[in-house]
Amino acid sequence: MSGTVALDDLVSWIRAFRDTVQQHKDELTQLDSAIGDADHGSNMARGLDAVVARLDPRPASPTDLFKTVGMTLVSSVGGASGPLYGTLFLRMGPALSEGEVDATTLGAALRAGVEGVVARGKAELGDKTMIDALWPAVDAWDTAAAAGATPAAAARAAAEAAARGRDATEPLVARKGRASYLGERSAGHLDPGATSATMLLEALRDTLAAAE
Amino acid sequence: MKKFVNDPADVLAEALRGIQAAHPEVRVDAENRVILRAEPTRAGKVALVSGGGSGHEPMHGGFVGRGMLDAAAAGEVFTSPTPDQVLAATQAVDAGAGVLHIVKNYTGDVLNFEMAAELAAAEGVEVESVLVSDDVAVQDSTWTAGRRGTGTTVILEKIVGARAEEGADLAAVADLARRVAAAGRSMGVALTSCTVPAAGRPTFELPDDEMEVGVGIHGEPGRSRVKLASAHEIAALLVDPIVHDFGEPVGPAIVLLSGLGATPLIEQYLLYGEIAPLLAAAGVEVQRVLIGDYITSLDMAGASLTVVKADDEMLRLWDAPVVTPGLRWGA
Repeated sequence: MSGTVALDDLVSWIRAFRDTVQQHKDELTQLDSAIGDADHGSNMARGLDAVVARLDPRPASPTDLFKTVGMTLVSSVGGASGPLYGTLFLRMGPALSEGEVDATTLGAALRAGVEGVVARGKAELGDKTMIDALWPAVDAWDTAAAAGATPAAAARAAAEAAARGRDATEPLVARKGRASYLGERSAGHLDPGATSATMLLEALRDTLAAAE
Repeated sequence: MKKFVNDPADVLAEALRGIQAAHPEVRVDAENRVILRAEPTRAGKVALVSGGGSGHEPMHGGFVGRGMLDAAAAGEVFTSPTPDQVLAATQAVDAGAGVLHIVKNYTGDVLNFEMAAELAAAEGVEVESVLVSDDVAVQDSTWTAGRRGTGTTVILEKIVGARAEEGADLAAVADLARRVAAAGRSMGVALTSCTVPAAGRPTFELPDDEMEVGVGIHGEPGRSRVKLASAHEIAALLVDPIVHDFGEPVGPAIVLLSGLGATPLIEQYLLYGEIAPLLAAAGVEVQRVLIGDYITSLDMAGASLTVVKADDEMLRLWDAPVVTPGLRWGA
């Protein structure tokens, strides 16, 4: 593979995301117990298990895949993560409705998804949420894609940007979500949503690197 | 973790089975994890639907029945229910007069109920929503997601449930609900952490000689951690912020002192004995009091105080008959 992403790669991405979250379930829950209600890891793991159970038989197209992933997350995760991650995937699908998936179209789909999360959660950059990982990631993706990067290279840039965004949430005071109720006491902890969102981009990076 | 569990993953499903076995007056929709009245909604009656994470029992499923809720959607422990669950509850109890969603102000609850209301509207069900955000422990500013919703929810569900039972239309029921929500303030304190079954260990570490003032009902940290104090001093820590927040003479009020799950009634009564004179001194004329475990946080030791400024209509509706697993009188 160089310029395009196959449906199988996208399915592998979702499976890899599930595996990562399963491996780091306790870590995510622990991050959440510092500033929230100690359920982010178990909720995401439960929802992604439900997602993977619906990938067989394989969805017919990227649009179908992301619709299935989004609907399943909305209806099985609960909390704030369900509607937010669900919306991310539900908005990605239509952006991939025609033609083959290359770095530019996948980047556009990610951006549509992230814009959906912003609209649903009304969070902005710096609010100490998953947006702090997702925004820099889509920006980095687009910059790489515009410079002619392969999907794998764009995903590498996006994952690095997500990780930096995630790390930058540590000193922030939360202004959205349950951690916002803590005010200053929320500072000094990584945001669990930004952490799982980084896992999502890293799963994509690893999947596309393996396919290249 | 020492709890009555089989598999932590099955806690909710198995608890719902117990509720169904114990209370023939409610019906459990196990697939959607919704608790409904056994009888269908009377034609023309506005239906009340609430819900939220489990672990706060008897809220909300314990408040389903005549004079209170028509259905409650039960999320996983401390996790809001999904839009499908809320939609299933809404559709099941709509009798043509519309449905009121009673939502506590947590991001997850707000997002999932919002999506459910959109879906219900698309299915032709008229839905109004009321948000409870009464916890004075947390800041309320344009920078935050607002206050958490706690004990006022119970009082609201009782009062508004009685009004719906009288046959008021959706606009009137929603208007009353918003008035009650605006009239309530709450404050809580934790002496120990709770333990979420799926996590298997306490949500937070709290040394034996410290307490968490302003704790949330999910074990989320409060506003400050201080040395453990006497009940006399703790009473002031609960009453003062509430009275201060009203910022005006409170007058007649309904008061709820709820244990958070692991505080025995003797301590709750002892604490109320300290709270009552403080309320009186602050000009709160307590008309009705409810003491016991009504909105809990699993096995957390602690208590939360709620004061709802009540007019004559609210008091009349509070006294109306109610028949639910968690609250019953006058019937």
